[in-house]
Amino acid sequence: MGVVGQPVKRKEDRRLITGYGEFLEDIKLPGMLYAVFVRSPLAHGKIVSIDTSEAENYPGVVAVFTAKDLEGKVNDNPVAWIVPDSNQADVKRPLLARDKVRFMGEPVAVVIAESRQAAYDAAELVYVDYEDLPAVVQADEAVKDGAPLVHEHVPNNIALKWHVKGGDVEKAFSEADRIIKQRIHIHRAAPVPLEPRGAVAKYNPGKDKLTVWVTTQNAHIHRFLLSVILNEPEHKIRVITPDVGGGFGAKIPVYIEEAVVSFAAMQLKRPVKWVETRSEHFVSSIHGRDFIGELEFAVKNDGKILGIRGKNYGNLGAYYSTISPGCVTVLHGLILPGTYDIQAFDYEMYGVFTNTAPTDADRGAGRPEALFFLERMVDIIAQELGLDPVEVRKKNLLPPGENIKTVTGLVYDSADYQKAMNKALEIADYEGLRKQQEELRKECRYIGIGVVSHIDICGFAPSKVVGAVGLQAGQWESAIVRVHPTGKVTIVSGASPHGQGSDTTYSQIVSDILGIPIEDIELVYGDTDAVQMGWGTYGSRGAATGGTAVAKAAKKVFEKAKMLAAHFLETEEENLEFKDGVFIRKDNPEKKITIQDVALQANVAWNLPEGVEPGLEAEVFYDPSNFTYPFGTHICVVEVDPETGQVDFLKYLAVDDAGNILNPLLADGQVQGGIVHGIGHSMYEAIVYSEDGQLLTGSFNEYALPKAHLVPHIENHYTITPSNVNELGVKGIGEAGAIAAQVCVANAIIDALKPFGIKHLDSPYTPARIWKAIQEAKQNGGNA
Amino acid sequence: MEISLTVNGEKHTVDVPPNTLLVYLLREVLNLTGTHIGCDTSSCGACTVIMNGKAVKSCTVFAFQADGAEIITVEGLAKNGELHPVQEGFMEKHGLQCGFCTPGMLVLAYELVNTEEDLSEEKLRKALKGNLCRCTGYQKIVEAIQYAKEKV
Ligand code: FES
Ligand code: FES
Repeated sequence: MGVVGQPVKRKEDRRLITGYGEFLEDIKLPGMLYAVFVRSPLAHGKIVSIDTSEAENYPGVVAVFTAKDLEGKVNDNPVAWIVPDSNQADVKRPLLARDKVRFMGEPVAVVIAESRQAAYDAAELVYVDYEDLPAVVQADEAVKDGAPLVHEHVPNNIALKWHVKGGDVEKAFSEADRIIKQRIHIHRAAPVPLEPRGAVAKYNPGKDKLTVWVTTQNAHIHRFLLSVILNEPEHKIRVITPDVGGGFGAKIPVYIEEAVVSFAAMQLKRPVKWVETRSEHFVSSIHGRDFIGELEFAVKNDGKILGIRGKNYGNLGAYYSTISPGCVTVLHGLILPGTYDIQAFDYEMYGVFTNTAPTDADRGAGRPEALFFLERMVDIIAQELGLDPVEVRKKNLLPPGENIKTVTGLVYDSADYQKAMNKALEIADYEGLRKQQEELRKECRYIGIGVVSHIDICGFAPSKVVGAVGLQAGQWESAIVRVHPTGKVTIVSGASPHGQGSDTTYSQIVSDILGIPIEDIELVYGDTDAVQMGWGTYGSRGAATGGTAVAKAAKKVFEKAKMLAAHFLETEEENLEFKDGVFIRKDNPEKKITIQDVALQANVAWNLPEGVEPGLEAEVFYDPSNFTYPFGTHICVVEVDPETGQVDFLKYLAVDDAGNILNPLLADGQVQGGIVHGIGHSMYEAIVYSEDGQLLTGSFNEYALPKAHLVPHIENHYTITPSNVNELGVKGIGEAGAIAAQVCVANAIIDALKPFGIKHLDSPYTPARIWKAIQEAKQNGGNA
Repeated sequence: MEISLTVNGEKHTVDVPPNTLLVYLLREVLNLTGTHIGCDTSSCGACTVIMNGKAVKSCTVFAFQADGAEIITVEGLAKNGELHPVQEGFMEKHGLQCGFCTPGMLVLAYELVNTEEDLSEEKLRKALKGNLCRCTGYQKIVEAIQYAKEKV
């Protein structure tokens, strides 16, 4: 039996549990300077003047840069997603604010000093004179006529508008028994990795070589965009990712701070380091969610959904972030029909500028929002029609199958949604739970049951497809599998794990194919001078795309090893058996050679067949033929105390189907982390701006990351419906938990509130908000 | 000002400005970078170390307050290449993903397994509330600490 599929312990753990992880903040270089940014205290204002003289003269200060100093030397930060047929406005972000500041926290200057303390002190001495301008923070306010304009040349602050239509929508809505409508605001939250962002840049003028260590999920994308911004040729830039302390989307974008630090290092010819504080993180790292949907579902009285119509305002913040136009459109709208058989669809998506920090991918990027809308609507439909929410789901689920074409043009690779749902219902004893709910209501106790059928778009991605929808990048992945003379193996991957455990899972894959123990295998990644082109880790692509590239490379290596083994054993390949890393002649088992010996012979090349190249390695660039679509059913049971609005968890059960599972231990970890992320976003975490654009949640004191005692014990289960896209049959599991949980919890809480006549409540589901909703419902005659 | 303290069994005497925080002393002066900084409001616990047998957030302790103290950081948990049971537990039970919160979690776990008898899930979850983890969802951290308790 191989190691793929086994709960193999992680290889990356030892350094991290002994204190020898190497994170960005740990980097110290000789002569290193420290950068601190001067940030706008206003959400919107004209820059009248900037006086840097006092700061420049402060002891230890080496330089102060403002937009003027960058003029003509660097380019603006480009956006990497230009959505076709969306009329996407041309807005680029200056590295330092030029004439205007557009959100609280936007950098206007940077102070570079010999010590961090001196840089902080001097940053206080940069005097910026602003003329206050009116601000707008809410996307549906920003599109109104007369709203303040974030960018003068973008009317109504509409950055882009994208429309997806399929099927006969008019017919669906005319044949409906009921049209059920709801406005849903998914509040703003943020990915918030525990390690803050940072960058260290070093420039060698003799080599004209810029080296940038940066907290990123995708080193090569950083190299590519830094090259564009800095006018420095791509081969003269080396981007290195140290150990990265979580990303969740926050470390995909190329941030202006990273470019400014690089610029400073090149100008000053000394290394420059910048690490944000947590407070800086909240004002200037990307946020997520903040979608306002207006949805209409055409339904039959039996719960059958005939069609979906609606629109969404996605809040982009003040500027595009690297891939944000795609998050509010392509990654959102196409998956909105979810796991259901929807034949008619008409959906308009707006990306809207506001005077807030830019948003971008936040564990799921557009898909959690789609599933939130959909699964909330299904519950609302059930309530309106007096049906059980599970019954409505079952009525609409797509039948099991492969290559299922949806109304939005996606092709679901493999599906068995019923299987996952039935398993979840059975384990949770759904019928029993409903009875219990009924009983407890008699005692004025309110438990709520949330059930969701979730789906994700993963395995990013077929390059041709993402190119067609405007991503300015490829999404294939690369791998080298290299067997050294001693039979040890280096895998070189363009993926860039930051907690996912790819060193372990990739080693498992290679170990099974080459018969080499996993401790003899190591993954190299995240260094653009050591790693061939690749696209990083996000979009649950590590296993499905990165892992498949690794498997393909390992198989190529195996083919060569087998050919060489036949040569060394003086026989035909067909006469060889391969077992535990040893090639054995079938006709004469005495004659055998280990793969390690083959590697040695291949590398010394003393006796290779005519025309065969020395070495034992292979490189693969794998472009998947389709996305993968993991799915599942989650069930959450809560009890709401109507006197306080307090929510207690009674159960959280997850049945996930991510195709084949490479490592069940790691899969559980991914799902559990995702679920808690989703619960956090639903109940505790909220990025809140005042009406004039002041961030009110600027630290962990206000932004409540979920704590251990505030989240439930999770029961993980799986069904396995292998993907047909890749030879590993894997789908991806990094985001599914977050996608499912955010709405599952919402459904559970609102289900508990049903006796009060409450149909919908916008998140976050804080006790105060729940309590208020109950009070209002009581006043409006809702009984309980 | 001059401060003497013992870190992971080694005696150090250092001269630092009076406003130096213990976490900076450890990271910047003694180069013990295993202890991390995740916030500026004493909220995250990534900086947790053991000071005189108790887990403290080293970002809220001035270096001078540690004068004469016995400090244990994550680097001091393993002895002669042998992992401490809490480290084993985190490895066995997959108690870490990115590893950024881990040093703080480990030393907190070290205190808990040494001082607490009842390490039920409920008790442990409450005990962890000063330490944030964004990756794991905490469940496997709880299991890791329970595993370690069995071993000590
Ligand atoms: S660094 Fe966050 S609590 Fe100390
Ligand atoms: S393992 Fe990443 S924050 Fe805990």
